[in-house]
Amino acid sequence: MNHHVEARNVVKRFGPTTALDRAGIEIAEGETRALVGRNGAGKSTLVSILTGLLRPDQGEVLFSGEPAPPIADRDAWRQRVACVYQHSTIIPGLSVAENLFLNRQPGRGGLIRWRALRDRARELLDTYEVDVDAQALAGELTVEQRQLVEIARALSFGARFIILDEPTARLDGPAIERLFARMRSLREQGVTMLYISHHLDEVYEICQSVTVFRDARHIVTSPVADLPHDELVAAMTGEATVAYTSRSRTPGGTVVLSGERLSLAGRYQDVDLTVRSGEVVGLAGSASSGKVGLAETLVGLHRADSGTVTVNGRRLRPGDVPAALRAGLGWVPQDRHREGFVPRLSVGENATFPIARKLGRYGLVSPSRRRAKAEELIESLDIKTEGADQPVGDLSGGNAQKVVFARALVDDPDVLVVINPTAGVDVKAKQALLGAVEDAVERGAGAVVVSDELDDLRICDRVLVMFHGRVVKDLPRGWTDHELVAVMEGMEE
Amino acid sequence: MTSSTAPVLRVRPARFRDLTLVPVIVLLLVVGAFLDPTFLTAGNLTNVLQQQAAISLLVLAEAMILIAGKFDLSLESTVGTAPAIAVMLIIPVSAGGFGTGLPGPLVIPLALLVGAAIGAINGLLIIRFQLSAFIVTLAMLIVVHGFLQGPTEGKTLFQLPESILYLGSVSWLGLPAAVWIAGALFAAGVFALGYLRAGRALYAIGGNADAARAAGIRVDRVLWAVFILGGTLAALAGILETGRLGAIGNNQGVGWIFMVFAAAVIGGVSMDGGKGTILGALTGVLVIGLVQNILTLIGVSGFWQPVIYGAIILIALMISRIAGGKAQD
Repeated sequence: MNHHVEARNVVKRFGPTTALDRAGIEIAEGETRALVGRNGAGKSTLVSILTGLLRPDQGEVLFSGEPAPPIADRDAWRQRVACVYQHSTIIPGLSVAENLFLNRQPGRGGLIRWRALRDRARELLDTYEVDVDAQALAGELTVEQRQLVEIARALSFGARFIILDEPTARLDGPAIERLFARMRSLREQGVTMLYISHHLDEVYEICQSVTVFRDARHIVTSPVADLPHDELVAAMTGEATVAYTSRSRTPGGTVVLSGERLSLAGRYQDVDLTVRSGEVVGLAGSASSGKVGLAETLVGLHRADSGTVTVNGRRLRPGDVPAALRAGLGWVPQDRHREGFVPRLSVGENATFPIARKLGRYGLVSPSRRRAKAEELIESLDIKTEGADQPVGDLSGGNAQKVVFARALVDDPDVLVVINPTAGVDVKAKQALLGAVEDAVERGAGAVVVSDELDDLRICDRVLVMFHGRVVKDLPRGWTDHELVAVMEGMEE
Repeated sequence: MTSSTAPVLRVRPARFRDLTLVPVIVLLLVVGAFLDPTFLTAGNLTNVLQQQAAISLLVLAEAMILIAGKFDLSLESTVGTAPAIAVMLIIPVSAGGFGTGLPGPLVIPLALLVGAAIGAINGLLIIRFQLSAFIVTLAMLIVVHGFLQGPTEGKTLFQLPESILYLGSVSWLGLPAAVWIAGALFAAGVFALGYLRAGRALYAIGGNADAARAAGIRVDRVLWAVFILGGTLAALAGILETGRLGAIGNNQGVGWIFMVFAAAVIGGVSMDGGKGTILGALTGVLVIGLVQNILTLIGVSGFWQPVIYGAIILIALMISRIAGGKAQD
């Protein structure tokens, strides 16, 4: 029997690094397959090869037993495989309709018939039940809408095989559920899917089988039912790892961070919160709950309409990040690529920005002292880098996030605020990062963990659940997933 | 409600963003009329259009290049160099030529060819060798201008073939031919960027080049074409300017590029690529032309005019920031 999609013995090198080493994958017609692996395992390279964006150095790709079309024949590829990439392939300045029919706008001799374009786009959106205005600017869509448009566009070429590359990374709970419902209905229609994710629970929920890549090689392929969670993680990391167990501790008495009656129009209203030394407080809620806005107010990124933030007994000037840092706060921003690091600067420089003033006098920065400090941080956070001089942009996601943590921790903060600390990082890095939060708390800091990941929230001594801008519940340690999710979705009481 | 009426009823601010400068143009016309009675005469307005015809072609070229997400500073040097080289290939040595003595009617095709060649070199360096468009075209601005200074040794070319003077000096149906040509080319630009796949490809490339490539657009080929077209339009602008002035001075076109960028940007073309329209760029040219004319009519010294242009550009940017509501890069 022919597989719907098959890659055999694929080798791909980029200069000295081997991205894929005789790796392969076979997917049956109508199957939903997960592809998992740590950062750098070769998943993205395989996606590029399966979508015809990269030519393998060796090996071959087959669709339904037929060799893949030549690389230059984009249309032939698009009739066979569609991909929803991690990064958006939507052109923000053009309308949804034009994005859907980019470079194949209806018309004759290159002359576009706009009315026909709009009608065809509406028809396409209706067919796939995507509730988006065809004439809206694509740049103004939400992440979820954008993804749906991309899926509709992908399917409109007639492809029966779709690759979804970390589609849930930027979606909130209900949106993920809607995506899964859509994937199930596609599967019922016989569409073959390859699903890539760092979220192993999603793999168990939506996929029938799973393929693990590690260090550019294929490790194992198995039905999900035959590969329990621990074994799957072991296959990814190459060693038996136990799930992260959070430590127990008793919070101290001093309040290190407090917010009183904080309100910001459209984000959150009338929130009180206190964090004690030696305590981890979680903030949970859906994307519209206001949890990120609240955390960003605590660190001084937003100015609240009313209310005060106090760090170490010092009332902070609203909307002043440097003041917050001076008062003894360290923080990890929501999007490391945007606010976390300067990609072309070195690990050492990125990690020591907040303490530059302590590394020399009169505005000078002593390179040797910076290097010493950086090496200490690299050691303590186990950052995999060639050295303190390597640009952060060259590091993998998990290691770049460790550098962001290093920046947050470099000044021994009394308060640590971390937002989505483990977004887009692999299993081992995740454990190291959560460990770093707990280490800081054991040294006497108080921490706020804002996250969409239930695993991150497990290290918290208590979790404040937000719903539509208000704190609706204060859950002590020992909550169940079901209980927490129910409150987050506003289903309780 | 039928489906055909729905889109008409909806407010589409994006549609009107091109036309934010129209009230400014109306205001300038009113102000001009009050300040000087000769302003609103047909003769004066024709004069404004004729003066802006050549530079408007550069704005057209730059708008397309900017929309495709690239950059070209060298256009202004092409304005002088392309017609000068063409002329020197034709006129005798005694008049400052190379002595090749090519037939006179070839002057316009030759000039356009030189412009296209300059665009092709820009394309080669920027697309093939993947160099920064800003630095490449900055260097080309200097080099290309050098190819005007060098062969002429800084002298003005006075003895020109008849055929190069024709377009810039003749009138058709009461309007200078240059105005007709610029108008026709802008109309073609509006049409191409609005209704042709190739034109829409510019927006796609400028908005997200990887996505454009993934959609099967031949990104490199389109960009080459835009640079070559840009150089050709700059050469045509040079031909019109030569005809209007009747000579080629060694600083023809020098300093235009600032006005070109100003016109494109206040007309709503984004420096980041993927945004803006040809119609918007045209309104930018008209605003600058009217301001220039009013300042001259009310007797502001030419030495002080740059202050006012600069201020106008800043004010226009602030207005579009407020109207657009988004931070500009």
